[in-house]
Amino acid sequence: MTRVHDMGGRFGDGPVTPEAESAPVFAEDWHGRALAVTLAAGFLGQWNIDVSRHARERLSPKDYARFSYYEKWISGLADLLVEKGVLTLDDLSGAGTDDPHPLAARVLKAGTVSGALAKGGPADRASDVPIQFEVGQNVRTVDPAANRLVSGGHTRLPIYASGANGRILRLHGTHVLPDSNAHGLGEAPEPLYAVAFAASELWADPEHPKDEVVLDLWQSYLEPV
Amino acid sequence: MPHDDHDHPHALLPPDPALRVKALETILTRKGLIDPVALDEIIDTYQNKIGPQNGARVVAKAWGDSAFKQALLADATSVVADLGFYGRQGEHIVVVENTPEQHNMVVCTLCSCYPWPLLGIPPGWYKSDAYRARAVREPRKVLAEFGVELTPESSVRVWDSTAEIRYLVLPMRPEGSEGLGEEDLAALVTRDSMIGTGLPKVPS
Repeated sequence: MTRVHDMGGRFGDGPVTPEAESAPVFAEDWHGRALAVTLAAGFLGQWNIDVSRHARERLSPKDYARFSYYEKWISGLADLLVEKGVLTLDDLSGAGTDDPHPLAARVLKAGTVSGALAKGGPADRASDVPIQFEVGQNVRTVDPAANRLVSGGHTRLPIYASGANGRILRLHGTHVLPDSNAHGLGEAPEPLYAVAFAASELWADPEHPKDEVVLDLWQSYLEPV
Repeated sequence: MPHDDHDHPHALLPPDPALRVKALETILTRKGLIDPVALDEIIDTYQNKIGPQNGARVVAKAWGDSAFKQALLADATSVVADLGFYGRQGEHIVVVENTPEQHNMVVCTLCSCYPWPLLGIPPGWYKSDAYRARAVREPRKVLAEFGVELTPESSVRVWDSTAEIRYLVLPMRPEGSEGLGEEDLAALVTRDSMIGTGLPKVPS
């Protein structure tokens, strides 16, 4: 049921190595380039954020584990460009043409970047799905954690939090459902909540009896207790 | 079914990551699908214009102005937008306040979600497998690796950013900062203190 990106709680990764706050934003020049190419390609309007996350998640476990962060970005982007028909396999292998592309009119132009980035892309939408839970109410996450619309599809319920009892901490409003939006099935907005779980509900050896983990979870990930 | 292709198209590009990026940029540029000058502008934006100095301004203002702080905790998105901080990866902001009883810490176990307009591009460790895997299960051990020791009285609340809500930690105002103006206060606010893996600097 799982994919390799869903690593919350996993053992064996070793210590976290913090870099100094003064370290450069991009450790290598190509990191900044990879980020910029990915953002600029997104402005062609051929996918949404959920589609692009899912493209990275669909890298094979072998690639996902051995690729550095921006290698995942650039490789997921190349796969997506072909999948969406923006580029062909010939283009990637260097045998493509330089003919004007039908999407070239949508190119993110110099001089428009700061405005485009500042505009953002909010994920809240009006929804007619009734709000089922109130703050303080006890809920349980569905088990197993999985996309219920598409087998093996994108979901934002991590495996470590499946089948767990929590309580509603806050209602964020109604937001686009990634499980649907990542697969061309529409935005399907529904209520989104911050849900608090006692660490003891999630882990065999919690560090402290009062510790909690909070996740943002869509209503369809939750059941009443 | 999602398209699980075992011969992923990316394998057609050069394996060296720097060359892979360069190759894709070249292909897209030749077809008129990206403008390399626009790429320079994106890099410049996140290298020089948008970064943790934005979040530090918000925190310093909250430390010095209780009405602002209450408004920030109630509806951070509109409050920080009024300061000019809005945009990509910061469309929905929630600010969570540290207290002597509760320490907050932010992670994205599934990818690398982070409040870009307030903190910029996340540091490498935030995107590392070790942080993503361990922050939810053993936050106190992870904090110790950042040199942060919590008292046994303090609980830890870890926020796993699984949706489009972006979290900023409001750290506790350090002792000895009484009487400082907003600019001096902002200089005490570290990036890590706004992720919850660090504490603000103490005035010397």
